[in-house]
Amino acid sequence: MTWTRRHLLALEDLTLAEIEQIHATSAAFKKILKRNVKKVPALRGKTIVNLFLEPSTRTRMAFEMAAKRLSADVIAFDAASSSTTKGETLRDTAKNIQALNADMIVIRHSAAGSPLYLSKILDIPVINAGDGAHEHPTQGLLDTFTMKEHLGSMKGRKVAILGDILFSRVARSNIHALIKMGAAVTLVGPSTLVPHGFTALGAEVSHDLKSALADADVVMLLRIQHERQGHRHFPSLGEYTSMFGLNKTRASWLNPRAIIMHPGPINRGVEIDSDLADGDRSVILEQVTNGIAVRMAALYLCAGYQPEHVISSTE
Amino acid sequence: MPSLWISRARIVDPASKRDSVGDLFARDGIIATSLSAAERRRARKIDGRGLVAAPGLVDIHVHFREPGQSHKETIATGSRAAAAGGFTTVVCMPNTAPPADNAGTIQYILDAVRRDALVKVLPTGCITMGMKGEALAPIGSLKRAGVVAITDDGDCVQSNELMRRAIEYATMFGLPIMDHCQDQSMTDGAVMNEGDMSIRLGLRGWPNAAEDLIVSRNVILSSYTGAHIHMQHVSSALSVEIIRRAKADGIHVTAEATPHHIALTDAALSNYDTNFKMNPPLRAEADRRAIIAGLKDGTLDCIATDHAPHTDYEKDREFDYAPNGVLGLETALPVVLDVLVRRNRFRLAHALDLMTRKPAGILNLSAGTLAAGSAADICLFDPDEAWTYDAKAGYSKSSNSPWHGRTLQGRVKTTIVDGRIVFPLAAS
Repeated sequence: MTWTRRHLLALEDLTLAEIEQIHATSAAFKKILKRNVKKVPALRGKTIVNLFLEPSTRTRMAFEMAAKRLSADVIAFDAASSSTTKGETLRDTAKNIQALNADMIVIRHSAAGSPLYLSKILDIPVINAGDGAHEHPTQGLLDTFTMKEHLGSMKGRKVAILGDILFSRVARSNIHALIKMGAAVTLVGPSTLVPHGFTALGAEVSHDLKSALADADVVMLLRIQHERQGHRHFPSLGEYTSMFGLNKTRASWLNPRAIIMHPGPINRGVEIDSDLADGDRSVILEQVTNGIAVRMAALYLCAGYQPEHVISSTE
Repeated sequence: MPSLWISRARIVDPASKRDSVGDLFARDGIIATSLSAAERRRARKIDGRGLVAAPGLVDIHVHFREPGQSHKETIATGSRAAAAGGFTTVVCMPNTAPPADNAGTIQYILDAVRRDALVKVLPTGCITMGMKGEALAPIGSLKRAGVVAITDDGDCVQSNELMRRAIEYATMFGLPIMDHCQDQSMTDGAVMNEGDMSIRLGLRGWPNAAEDLIVSRNVILSSYTGAHIHMQHVSSALSVEIIRRAKADGIHVTAEATPHHIALTDAALSNYDTNFKMNPPLRAEADRRAIIAGLKDGTLDCIATDHAPHTDYEKDREFDYAPNGVLGLETALPVVLDVLVRRNRFRLAHALDLMTRKPAGILNLSAGTLAAGSAADICLFDPDEAWTYDAKAGYSKSSNSPWHGRTLQGRVKTTIVDGRIVFPLAAS
């Protein structure tokens, strides 16, 4: 099967075969990252613009690292010092970036649907690095890649995603990928942040932490985005922690070989005990490292290469 | 002015319960029962074969953006869009810049209407100063200046006390109050219907309950004061039911529905197309069906378009940031014919009643009938002609329509105001 997509906008759009292609390509790049010389010439002469209109540490650096490992030139767009502060529209900003001969745009934006919008008005590939509460496809891909490394096939595996689901693009991308991969996904957290409507995406919704964590193979914690919710969705961080924070007792309900994940940034002592975040079962920093390989795969495939090329070059 | 003789059309006039093929006459801008032989010789003749002659359509909810937002629409362009859509009387909303909360702005609008309008354009005034929901606008002066109703459309009066006093005060002048029903504390940042689709798209949801609460509030206030309150663009199934029960109890409330809410659901938003973004938002299929049922049994009184022009550059941006509103005037008739008559088996006369006599009655307008002695405001349309709507080639100054590029069935052929043809205009 050949890779045909120019854009990576949402995991909802992808087939299982496409997700597996990205995973396979990511695995090949991960091998390259362990070599002495970590750079490949695939995207030499190409320019990738990181159009980040919302704050980001991990994702922006991982995309930059990935592009550089592929020998692309990277330009980071700094929203604070750009013309967007002078009222330039997203359309005009993006059209100008294209006119500056960029070969690819990686966009992070607080407004859901913005990457799709750019894909319609630009001729160059668009990679979604997170759009509002919609999707964060490369995060979903790196999370599922990390799960597969630890657990093998995800078919029949139980994944609990715990925390602020309503406002989470990470949750949505993971739900779409995991359902396609055959996993059972349970969303758990306060009813105001985990509305019943998520069952329409194929996940289960629960407000009972014990049953949700029981025998789970993976627990993924999401940051409580207190700045977005004011005080309407739950009374306080303290009450959240007492009801839904992951601590040692609650972690004991998991499958003994379960892994603990978090897309970051972590609020230590809020959604997760500090010890657990740093413990044996935590794969939080592996997720970050895998983020480079997965983003290399995304850039590489959307630039028009086929998965076989990199796989054969590493064997 | 020459007399008018429309021959052998299917004349549908719900107000006089007429639905028969025949000839329609007008003399001096007034519907006449017949013309003399001499008058017939000199009359402007229109061959009505295959066409429906209906009363000129009445829309009690349009935004013509003048004064202050004439980059989106003007009274000149808006009234041309109305004429092209078969509308001869339209009621424009007061959320202009500045808002129409004073007699001077109403006078400005009426001057522009006299100068530029092709159809009858009637202004409304604000309920509160600046539509801020804090202090009553000078409702008596607005009435004297010529408004036909008051409304803070787009901004719902949140204070129950202020709303109560507003309806009591306006009723003294016989002015109906029209309300955009939205509890704003529940819709902060909302850009679409709250439901499965908003969860999927990651967009902030606007729950039905925010409408239902204010519809209930208005029913209670109308019951308490006896005043007439008209609910604008009802979009929620429960709101329809609340209004149904209120009417059964004899409470004086009326309500409208838009063509887009009877034709579309939030499923249309799957590609974040801002030409499907409006307030209230497109709802679920159950809501859409409930609105149609409400129109069928009379719970909802009329169709109103909420024609809301915005420029391409305002709409062509991130979904969260694009303004609410879609065009409606040029597509309303074919959409209503399709949804109500073809798909939901309304009689043609019933569907036209919802666009003529009924809306005129809500605001006590002398419009919406072909009875002898009435103004010769006529909409002549081919109910079967299929055509492709190109919003960019339309008469509105803007093109933000959900129907752009769609093939519609039913096309306005001629629109007549006071016996004069206003659509199509002869090439000058």
